[in-house]
Amino acid sequence: MEGSVAYENDLNLKATELRLGLPGTDEREEQSVSNVRNKKRPLQDADEEFGANGKSDAQNETATPAKAQIVGWPPIRSYRKNNFQPKKSESDGPGIYVKVSMDGAPYLRKIDLKVYTGYAELLQALENMFKFTIGEYSEREGYKGSDYAPTYEDKDGDWMLVGDVPWDMFVTSCKRLRIMKGSEARGLGCGV
Amino acid sequence: MRHNRAERMSEDDERQQSSPSDLEFTSNKARNCNATGSGSGHPEFQSPFPDQVLENVLENVLHFLTSRRDRNAASLVCKSWYRVEALTRSELFIGNCYAVSPDRATARFIRVRALHLKGKPRFADFNLMPPDWGAHFNPWALALAKAYPWLEKVYLKRMSVTDDDLATLAESFSGFKELVLVCCDGFGTSGLAIFVSKCRQLRVLDLIESEVTDDETDWISCFPEGESHLESLIFDCVECPINFEALERLVARSPSLKKLRLNRHVSIGQLYRLMIRAPQLTHLGTGSFSPLEVAGQGDQEPDYVTAFAACRSLVCLSGFREIIPDYLPAIYPVCSNLTSLNFSYANIDAEQLKPIISNCHKLQVFWVLDSICDEGLQAVAATCKELRELRVFPIDAREDSDGPVSEVGLQAISEGCRKLQSILYFCQRMTNAAVIAMSKNCPDLVVFRLCIMGRHRPDPVTGDPMDDGFGAIVMNCKKLTRLAVSGLLTDKAFDYIGRYGKLVRTLSVAFAGDSDMGLKYVLEGCPQLQKLEIRDSPFGDAALRSGLHHYYNMRFLWMSSCSLTRQGCQEIAHAMDRLVVEVIRSIGEEEMDDSVGTLYMYRSLEGPRTDAPKFVTIL
Repeated sequence: MEGSVAYENDLNLKATELRLGLPGTDEREEQSVSNVRNKKRPLQDADEEFGANGKSDAQNETATPAKAQIVGWPPIRSYRKNNFQPKKSESDGPGIYVKVSMDGAPYLRKIDLKVYTGYAELLQALENMFKFTIGEYSEREGYKGSDYAPTYEDKDGDWMLVGDVPWDMFVTSCKRLRIMKGSEARGLGCGV
Repeated sequence: MRHNRAERMSEDDERQQSSPSDLEFTSNKARNCNATGSGSGHPEFQSPFPDQVLENVLENVLHFLTSRRDRNAASLVCKSWYRVEALTRSELFIGNCYAVSPDRATARFIRVRALHLKGKPRFADFNLMPPDWGAHFNPWALALAKAYPWLEKVYLKRMSVTDDDLATLAESFSGFKELVLVCCDGFGTSGLAIFVSKCRQLRVLDLIESEVTDDETDWISCFPEGESHLESLIFDCVECPINFEALERLVARSPSLKKLRLNRHVSIGQLYRLMIRAPQLTHLGTGSFSPLEVAGQGDQEPDYVTAFAACRSLVCLSGFREIIPDYLPAIYPVCSNLTSLNFSYANIDAEQLKPIISNCHKLQVFWVLDSICDEGLQAVAATCKELRELRVFPIDAREDSDGPVSEVGLQAISEGCRKLQSILYFCQRMTNAAVIAMSKNCPDLVVFRLCIMGRHRPDPVTGDPMDDGFGAIVMNCKKLTRLAVSGLLTDKAFDYIGRYGKLVRTLSVAFAGDSDMGLKYVLEGCPQLQKLEIRDSPFGDAALRSGLHHYYNMRFLWMSSCSLTRQGCQEIAHAMDRLVVEVIRSIGEEEMDDSVGTLYMYRSLEGPRTDAPKFVTIL
């Protein structure tokens, strides 16, 4: 959900890519299962598949270079397999800590931008932190529907509206955040 | 000559010796208990109704008999004892729900207060059995409702339970106290909601490794208001968010609550709030063990250490579903009291483990991920001298992944934890030497389950098959009752098992053996064998035939992707009329295919079941 913001801003390079092949063909590679046609049914969707078909054939197995996954092997229940996200650690590599100020709040906060995967998560976190709601973002009109607008100071010292640039570009250029309130906020993004 | 089989419920108590096999109960064996010299030591009365008096005495005595093994033996002494035993059995254990029908069970045992029922075979857990195969609780629920209005406890394992079944339980038994569902499925949060709202006497609700559908019902809010009798609430497998405020209120009004295992939707901050309300807990599952959002600097974090320190009775700790290791030190205060620690969802390394484990001197049960590596296991071996059970799960459960644990870890454990009784160890490499070492260092082993994840993998140091390692286990571990083998294995390994594994009751085999001889060795050599599950091994019809003398003593035999033919299985079915022989088809298999995808057979008093789905053929 969060990551899709970045994709929308991508230049659609694939459309202009030069390659051989008839127009309209897609060169996406198949998940390679053809080398295991012999006996074993490779693991597809655990819900659809059941039973490893065919007989066990020790000689064949050692010959196939890329072993496709076998149903039910190793014998681990599926909820144990699906459980692992990459290790979360607050001290995992240098964070990108930026100050966050909110108009009217007595003190500032600090957040680590590395923790978030996109704008949606960041805005949610800001909402939770300061107990307010941000409006709906649109390219044309900025944040509609609330008194607040999230802004940030970029490398050039300019105050920008959060959400205009791709997420990765934002993370590297953002120096500090400010949640603007009131008339100042409503002025941003309207036909500047 | 036809024998009347004893109506013996299948028994399988892992810790006890099995009763004599293949007992029969025929009318000419029934003894008149007044005969002199019957040798059981009970008095002879000369009153006009000796049987009645005797039965009264027996009833009083048999009330004290709790072990079902002893009860099974007692019920076979004579008709009188059979009758009285049936009257006095209050806990009924049925190891295979298809071995006996609900009607037959409720007709024989009329005063049951607790039922323990098991359904699908274990390999169903690994997607080797299609869904909707069976093991429906429904007919049992209805029979129980009619027969035992005083029923208090139901324990189900690998059964399909519907929301309606949960409603039946809640509505039919006014004094219902305990529901334990292990590896069950078929129900959702709406079923739970109905159940908890109507069970006013509920003490125990344990949902363990079960699949619970998210119907978006707030079941926690459905516990009745007022003081609750809850002693145990385990829902760590429920994969849906819960109403935390309702849970907090529930915990606050449950003064008897001793066991609480939260799911991963409970944050560490919420955990804190619960812990300070329930310092009397003995068993705690911590939920996610991470905060909902990243705490900014300057946030006032609760004092987790003090919360843990307040739980002076805590002996069993689990959870850590989405652990942020920085919070681990909070549990230091309880480490020295812990007897059971489950880190099997915690992706932590050796350095993060060491400060914890070095304090866990009393630890007896430890479940962990292989992320701790051999080094972590060495730390365990150095401190946990009381360890009885170890389970090491793989973080990356694939055949070709890197293996962080190996023979080094196993060797260390064997040297440090001499009292070990049960081990489950997943790894990518293992040597015979380490397995042999464990067989000698840990003579108390009852359960030895080694899973070398790469199929057919030999000893990486010698290039030999793993035969000698497993051979040493069955030879040296004289109390061994459960064994799971892996790696490259020839028939020789099975020869060892048949020769020395005289107490083995459960055997799991995968991708092993060379020929029919392998299976023959086991079927002919292991008199206590109850549960045999085999996959992808070259055993055929001839091997199957060699077990004919033993199948009535077993709870089940499972063989999938072996070398069986339909004809071979048909022969077995014809030879043994009290055996249900199921052939389970995979996709793409035709019904009249000669080769058999999966064979699942079990003794039963009822004949072929009537609820079998289309992909099951009963021969």
